[in-house]
Amino acid sequence: MWLSALLAAVTVASGIEYQSDAVKAMQADSFGNPGLLWVDRGAELWKQKCTGCHGDVASMKGAAARYPRHSPQLGRVVDLEQRIQACMPGLAWESRDLLGLTALVARQSNGIPISVDVSGPAASTHERGRSLYFERQGQLNLACTNCHDANVGKTLLSEPISQGQPADWPAYRLEWQSLGSLQRRLRACYFGVRAEMPAFGSDDLVALELYLAVRAKGLKASVPGVRR
Amino acid sequence: MIEGRLRVPGSVKAGEPFEVRVLILHPMENGFRHEADGREIPMHIVTRVACTYGGREVFSVDLGTGISANPYLVFFVRAGQAGELKVEWVDDKGERGSARALVNVA
Repeated sequence: MWLSALLAAVTVASGIEYQSDAVKAMQADSFGNPGLLWVDRGAELWKQKCTGCHGDVASMKGAAARYPRHSPQLGRVVDLEQRIQACMPGLAWESRDLLGLTALVARQSNGIPISVDVSGPAASTHERGRSLYFERQGQLNLACTNCHDANVGKTLLSEPISQGQPADWPAYRLEWQSLGSLQRRLRACYFGVRAEMPAFGSDDLVALELYLAVRAKGLKASVPGVRR
Repeated sequence: MIEGRLRVPGSVKAGEPFEVRVLILHPMENGFRHEADGREIPMHIVTRVACTYGGREVFSVDLGTGISANPYLVFFVRAGQAGELKVEWVDDKGERGSARALVNVA
């Protein structure tokens, strides 16, 4: 019993493992991955606005694997989107500009194991995220863990249930026919259990993202991901 | 301008087919959907994609409402000599986009 629990705990599998071969091929396509249409826009913006301070985008290598993290300047835990918004105020959530820049920066950490810091000022946010993960919500009265730990690999409306890992985001979701942020994906889960969706950028979503990143320790991202 | 991506091989053999890949950023709204409040979402699709090589049309396609958002097209072209390959697309609102690449013949 404890052994299976331990195994479940160590075999961290990215969401792409639960997708069809066609979707896997789409994500792996270095030209045809539709998320690259957003990355192109991000690269254009980076050239125009970011090189002055940050130089080449390759300098961002490894940065995304450490997010969400506590920012001393902002005085709170922020995710990658919010860190970019702090640099460039006015970039709206789910805009092509913000998604493009986020995906471009996140992409620099492809293949680097996720490892976030939850010591010191980030500890309370981590705690909040963990309690949210195990808290039943919505009309269906489900917590994240009820699907993404207890029923991983089983099907929900013909779709396999993944572990709910945060790697590969922002990802192109075929249902959306667009790239979308991890926060958008989390809101979709809230919608799915008929709970009230937290606003984009809310502390609760960031806390949940931080807990998911802790849970995903060691997982390597492949941004932009593709999901059904 | 409608943005897109184009990829051709760096170098091709004379007379042998090579792969051209095109990915276009477009919502491809089919006109059958409605907003939550019942309003119709008007049709908005890319209607035609055409490829010229050295100024001569070598491939074209008329797209309809059954094509998903951000269309991805793969087709084959043969080249006798080096030249410029250009792909152009236009949607039902008359908005256009294009991409070009030089093809080297080994």
